[in-house]
Amino acid sequence: MEITPAHYTVLSAALFTIGVIGVLVRRNIIIIFMAIELMLNAVNINLVAHAQQVENLVGQVFVVFVIAVAAAEAAVGLGIILAFYRNKETVNIDEMNVMRW
Amino acid sequence: MLDTVFWPLVKIVVLLNAVMISVTFMTLLERKVIAWAQSRLGPMRVGPYGVLQAFADPIKLMTKEDITPANADKMMFTLAPILSLVPAFVVFAVIPFGDDPLYYVADINVGLLFLISVTSIGVYGIILAGWASNSKYPLLAGLRASAQLISYEIAVTMTLVSVILTAGTLSMVEIVEAQRETGWWIGFIQPVAFVLVLIGGLAETNRAPFDMPEAEQELTGGFHTEYSGMRFGLFFLAEYANMIVISAVVVVLFWGGWLRPFPSVGALALLDYIPSWIWMFSKMFLVLYLFIWIRATLPRYRYDQLMRIGWKVLIPIAIANVVITAVVKVLL
Amino acid sequence: MAETIVFYTLSVLILGLAILVVTAKNAVHSVVALVMTFLCVAALYVVLEAEFLAVIQILVYAGGIVVLYLFVVMLVNLGRSPEEHQDPRRLSVFGLGLAGAMLLEVAGIVVYSYNRSASTVTAPAAASPVQGNTQELGWLLYTDYLIPFELASVLLLVAMVGAIVLAKRDL
Repeated sequence: MEITPAHYTVLSAALFTIGVIGVLVRRNIIIIFMAIELMLNAVNINLVAHAQQVENLVGQVFVVFVIAVAAAEAAVGLGIILAFYRNKETVNIDEMNVMRW
Repeated sequence: MLDTVFWPLVKIVVLLNAVMISVTFMTLLERKVIAWAQSRLGPMRVGPYGVLQAFADPIKLMTKEDITPANADKMMFTLAPILSLVPAFVVFAVIPFGDDPLYYVADINVGLLFLISVTSIGVYGIILAGWASNSKYPLLAGLRASAQLISYEIAVTMTLVSVILTAGTLSMVEIVEAQRETGWWIGFIQPVAFVLVLIGGLAETNRAPFDMPEAEQELTGGFHTEYSGMRFGLFFLAEYANMIVISAVVVVLFWGGWLRPFPSVGALALLDYIPSWIWMFSKMFLVLYLFIWIRATLPRYRYDQLMRIGWKVLIPIAIANVVITAVVKVLL
Repeated sequence: MAETIVFYTLSVLILGLAILVVTAKNAVHSVVALVMTFLCVAALYVVLEAEFLAVIQILVYAGGIVVLYLFVVMLVNLGRSPEEHQDPRRLSVFGLGLAGAMLLEVAGIVVYSYNRSASTVTAPAAASPVQGNTQELGWLLYTDYLIPFELASVLLLVAMVGAIVLAKRDL
């Protein structure tokens, strides 16, 4: 059986959904961040698979940008988590309500 | 099938066994050289001049009791030595030991980058060993070690960028070929990069004077305090395998790999009769000897000094080196 | 045939490890599963002939970003698990339902576009004067995508400054 881009798209969709479940269900904000990384990876798989399908490297270029953005997001996000943890001694997202009206 | 599966497998088996045997003899060499530096004899009991000590040590490690602390995280405790050993062995796939395809497992087009990225996985073994032991000193040592490895990894990677710019390729084999074509070892063109990679390599392999993660006096042994038997042996194997990798990287990138000295001087063509792999191994031996010599000579840095050297000295010099290399490359 | 075996093995590994990331009780186990997931994704990139991206994936994700996560998990040394505090207003079942709906939607899109099979259109390959995955990618990044590339570098600089400002106790 031949592996088509549709196979990769299904894999990517499943991975993305696992990420979404993680974001919506877990309460540890670090795990939520990791679930976001999973979703970004799902998108990357899709981009690379279709870049290979159309024999064009533009998809791979976008993956480079996604990885750069993921690195920036991880650095700032984890900085925020550390700063928050120092003040409130928690990483539970339900208790992070200081900005809530 | 024979060419794509069988022969690479044979090469891998031979290579891994060669690495393990050289590691056992590295420990003997290290003890002998340090003993010599300190006017001692070193191990002398097992075999003539203590040569069989190289086999006595692994046998001792393998037959010792393998203890898992009661409060340790069992799965991670088992996984950590594996995670530190596997990357150290995987990178040997891209190191060319000679001029013929017989002497390397694979020549991939992103070889150097592969090497950098796979060695960066090794930090997990150390940090997880410290965490899974569920013990204060190993945790401190694990955090220190990973901070050190990450800091120096940046410096080394930035330095390697300038080497890549000079050679114009990422493939390990083509880097050596580029040195043959220009007739100059990159070590002469990029002396600053050479020194940086040497210092960074010492720090990446946790060698003296940067052996902070296993500072016995401060941390009762380091991240592997709670390990015993062959699991400790795996960390040991990984550390020395990493030393061999660093020596091979230094030789391939800066000392012309398997090329003879002065590859452009025709008068020395007689040296070409010596097989290429002998040049490679003798150069690697020199680098390893240098590492041991440094350990016997220099005192250990303090942790804050180590971090300051990494971030405030090595990284700026590495970045400046990349900029200068790029400008020179464009101007020439 | 070989590609089929590799694809299914890697898919099972990726999805299984991703489920482990989301469900593991201990955050450190999650991080380790995440590293494994990223390594498997890198292997998938090699199958897709994107060697440079595979290596960058290992270098940046597995060797950089996830180490950062591991550091934060260890620094945030929790006396009690964050899962113990239950917000009564929290709607976890609703969240699961939303995720399921999203999976259905994505599946619908995939099936629809696959039946249309419009993907036979081949985009014209950019004429690059160089050969090899890394070289072509570099060519694209420094010609057609130069401005996004520079912007990404500015973004990384801003993120670096921001992370230092956030994490430092007193400047």
